[in-house]
Amino acid sequence: MRAPLSWLKEFVEIPNSISADQISDALIRVGFEVEEIIQEGAGLTGPLKFGKVLTIEEITEFKKPIRYVGLDCGEIETRYVICGATNFEVGDIIVAALPGAVLPGDFHIAARDTYGKTSNGMICSSRELGIGEDHSGIMVFAEGDVEIGSDAIAALEINDVIFDIAVNPDRGYALSIRGIAREIAGSLSLKFTDPVDALRGLQFTETGKGVVAKIADKETASVFYLRTISNFDPAAKVPIWMRRRIEKMGMRSISLVVDITNYVMLELGQPLHAFDKSKISGGLTIKRAGKAQKFITLDGQERNLDPDDLMVCDDKQPLALAGTMGGLSSEITDTTTDIALEAVRFDPVCVARNSRRHKLSSEASRRLERSVDPSLAEFASARFVQLITAHSSAKHVATVVDGEPRFSPVIDLDPTYIPRLLGFDIAWPEIARNLRIIGCDVDDKTFQVDPPTWRADLLTQSDLAEEVARMIGYEKIPSILPPRPKHASLTPTQKRRRAIANMLASRGLAEVQSFPFTNQETIDQMGFVGERAATYRIANPMSEENPLMRVHLVPGLIEVAARNISRGAKDFAIFEMGSIFRSAQKLIPAVSPGLLKRPDAKIIKEIYQSVPPQAFHVAGLLVGKAENEDWQGKARSYTWQDAIAFAEEILDLCNLKYSVKRSDFAPWHPGRCAELIVDGRAVAHAGEVHPRILAKYGLPERSAAFAVGLSALPDSDLVKPIRVGTMPAAVQDVALIIDSSVSAQDVETALRAGAGELLESISLFDRYDKLGDGKISLAFTLTFRAEDRTLTGAEVSEMRSAAVISAEKATGAVLRTA
Amino acid sequence: MNSADVQTWIKDAEKAFSQATDLESLKTARLAHLGDKAPISLASRSLGSLAADEKASSGKVIGEGKAAIAAALQKATDKLEGERDAKVLLEEVVDITLPVKRSHRGGLHPITIIKNEISDFFIEQGYAVEEGPELESGWLNFDALNIPPDHPARTMQDTFYIEPVESGMVLRTQTSPVQIRSMLEHEPPIYMICPGRTFRADELDATHSPVFHQVEGLVVDKGITMAHLKGTLDNFAQAMFGPDVTTRLRPSFFPFTEPSAEVDIFFNGRWIEWGGCGMVNPKVLTTCGIDTDVYSGFAFGMGLERTLMVRHNITDMHDIVEGDLRFTRQFGVGL
Repeated sequence: MRAPLSWLKEFVEIPNSISADQISDALIRVGFEVEEIIQEGAGLTGPLKFGKVLTIEEITEFKKPIRYVGLDCGEIETRYVICGATNFEVGDIIVAALPGAVLPGDFHIAARDTYGKTSNGMICSSRELGIGEDHSGIMVFAEGDVEIGSDAIAALEINDVIFDIAVNPDRGYALSIRGIAREIAGSLSLKFTDPVDALRGLQFTETGKGVVAKIADKETASVFYLRTISNFDPAAKVPIWMRRRIEKMGMRSISLVVDITNYVMLELGQPLHAFDKSKISGGLTIKRAGKAQKFITLDGQERNLDPDDLMVCDDKQPLALAGTMGGLSSEITDTTTDIALEAVRFDPVCVARNSRRHKLSSEASRRLERSVDPSLAEFASARFVQLITAHSSAKHVATVVDGEPRFSPVIDLDPTYIPRLLGFDIAWPEIARNLRIIGCDVDDKTFQVDPPTWRADLLTQSDLAEEVARMIGYEKIPSILPPRPKHASLTPTQKRRRAIANMLASRGLAEVQSFPFTNQETIDQMGFVGERAATYRIANPMSEENPLMRVHLVPGLIEVAARNISRGAKDFAIFEMGSIFRSAQKLIPAVSPGLLKRPDAKIIKEIYQSVPPQAFHVAGLLVGKAENEDWQGKARSYTWQDAIAFAEEILDLCNLKYSVKRSDFAPWHPGRCAELIVDGRAVAHAGEVHPRILAKYGLPERSAAFAVGLSALPDSDLVKPIRVGTMPAAVQDVALIIDSSVSAQDVETALRAGAGELLESISLFDRYDKLGDGKISLAFTLTFRAEDRTLTGAEVSEMRSAAVISAEKATGAVLRTA
Repeated sequence: MNSADVQTWIKDAEKAFSQATDLESLKTARLAHLGDKAPISLASRSLGSLAADEKASSGKVIGEGKAAIAAALQKATDKLEGERDAKVLLEEVVDITLPVKRSHRGGLHPITIIKNEISDFFIEQGYAVEEGPELESGWLNFDALNIPPDHPARTMQDTFYIEPVESGMVLRTQTSPVQIRSMLEHEPPIYMICPGRTFRADELDATHSPVFHQVEGLVVDKGITMAHLKGTLDNFAQAMFGPDVTTRLRPSFFPFTEPSAEVDIFFNGRWIEWGGCGMVNPKVLTTCGIDTDVYSGFAFGMGLERTLMVRHNITDMHDIVEGDLRFTRQFGVGL
């Protein structure tokens, strides 16, 4: 919302000693962000005069049209200037910058010889004067608009300050000069004159029958003023001051009727719409479109109406998309003489829906959907009549009204409420004074507060608290820490996640956070099938490229890896922690209980259960070499083992017992994937990424990945440590020959089972696969220790034998003899 | 034999030892002055033939002499061994500035780092850190926060909806539904923050991302005031931006707070919008079943990306979301 200082000063007495910056600060203080302070006419100095075009000599020998123009600038002699624009005729009045003038951009005007003539000044466009963007031609006025030879800087009110203000959606009233002026007055304790006061009690003579106004459904609009005007002369001119104000607001001057509707809307905040009365058949009714039909709006667009669209209709057809945009068929034209002027307090939601359905946000809809002062339908339409009759031959015929304004109820204010909420003492008279500044009626005896008509947002005590705080100034609120609650700490789950992230980061993996979106092609490429491939679809994705929610973290890591490789990286390791969104649960229609009380436990449960579970995972991708390749020669490459090691270390960090099994699981290499099992449940997978995927994304061969479903992990038990044995350990080596199809883990498990409770540890120290015959040899070191004694040789060899027998039985192993 | 002889032997030995230039010549000198044939050894062996009283006095003199010679030997040995070691180790010198074998440099994503930092700050103040689902019920994300069905934030231009749209499921546009869940699940007093990932239908550019992070805070207790909100934000701002930062509250509008405010910080010489805040709208408390006659509360929220960008002068959002290792690794595991 723009607000020129010159216009604001009409309603608030701003002394010249208050600077634009001070006004801006005052607005910011009360909640209006000033996005820009535009100094109009900055860098412009005269002489700048209105001149009448007396002669035009077309100079044709140049590539572009050039005119040599004789001007009457109120001087004794005709002034001649060269001009490149052609949008004016003899008799028009233009703005001329005379030699000595400086235009914005430090453009000095001087008499100069050009195109074989002497040019004694310059005819200006609004852009050249720094007061508009229109550079299609020079500014043209008609005789009678302005005084020939007079100072154009003053007449055009060029020197002005325009505030560009962001207005919060709850403050629709401030989308008007009236509203902004009131806020400045309140913030700076200046005198404010409400322009509406001058319109109260304004009566117009009834000279005939007016167009009938009707609201079909009072829920859609509370009050409808329809003023019928006749005898309008379509040639009537827009007064220069009005045109300039409309331009300063960033709008274009169109015609007197349209300009007055806009002017009144900008001044008071009530959108108006003028119909060509001759195009109306019968009366006007506000009602729903009712059936699907086509409608052409003022902007020439044909629109398919929704049956729910709120329309202003005559007896035959819709004439306007209510509160949003008028229709082409009843538009004011240059032959219109009779006018029906509509001012309605529409229901904000109806207008918002109109605007949204047709993707049509207009100056009118922006105001109406933020709620307009219900009393303004009367006063703004009166202001229109006042202006149109003052500036043209138009006559008021009749005013027809349907409905009546509905105002917000009175609020009972507990005088202790506001100080209690804000946290500092404010005496009642101070509260009452500030509420009166914003326009409330306050009863000092009953503490009842009647909000002003333009403040539909004031409904509760807390709304009033904000107003009082705003007017006193938020900076007056003290800064105090709240009482300290009891102990808090991260949850075990949060601690676990943090420990894992820190471990991976300190082990050389860099964390990434990719967007959790994917597409069907990626899911298929990864080889995900069944419930691992099923996911939720976004109804309105950023792009059709990625309309699905991710089902796994590894594809995102692969994409990030490919991006890094494309930027020159070769060897690295990355990880990500985050949610995945497999659609294990069918979505049900929304559960939307009322808001006036806490929903029943059953409803709350339904809402909670309607949200599908979203598993939390950690995954890592190991690309290329594990170390930097350098002067020492070849570096070690990452392999499937590193991936499994990371998965194991994550489970170790969580203090969980697990077993490892071979697995065939996407997106891993079917022969090089491990599954880690906790409590009988596969919680992690790790190994080499499927070679086809690596090739597809241009990742180095043998790159490896791991993924751990963190939300599937059980809680860690409280550690109950065993005492550390101090007796000497007995170490025994065992070499076994087995089929190569038997996993090392199975052999180890069997040895462990047979060795008994005194086995302290077991580790594989050799693997030999050159035996032939599909046989391999595995050699383990078994360490035994008793808590209370040194083990005898006999005891140890007995335990060793038991271990070997167990392995023989379970895996077909044969003890390898030297 | 007399003690003067012994003194001579000591002097001779000391001289010989100190003249030894290496451990080999020291060995020769040791044999000469402390070996079987050395004068003091011979004297020691002849003690047996002496009378008892003389034996005692001579024995003492010789013993002390032997100890003195041994000490001199030790001193010479230490010196020569030290010289030998220094020479050998010098030959083993390496260029320790050569690049050493090491694994890659890892690191946490800066958003994780700042999230941890904020969590630690609030945990220390006694707040719980709560989380919630990213794919969230529209009722929890909007309605319960007093954002009515026709609110512009709920349009498809702003919010990602999940099919079927009738499910009302959205990618949460804010972490506020975690506040609602907290109020539905716990009785006051509630002191919590909820950091997490949020979504809005904005194109990725230098300052926007469709996927970003917020941290919100909520306090509901008896006697909570806007002054408490201000105190908390002042404290938080200083933890994030240093002791010199100042904050400013500006009146604003959010459906879920009343009064509402924007919180600005004065940082590096200018005012910067940091986040939004306010006193929890009594309508929201009522929907969550909290008695507004007994309890009041405040809430605040800010973007983690924004906090990070302001604090570290990061000028382009792309760096934060693209996962380029050259960017992430700069942060290590802490800031």
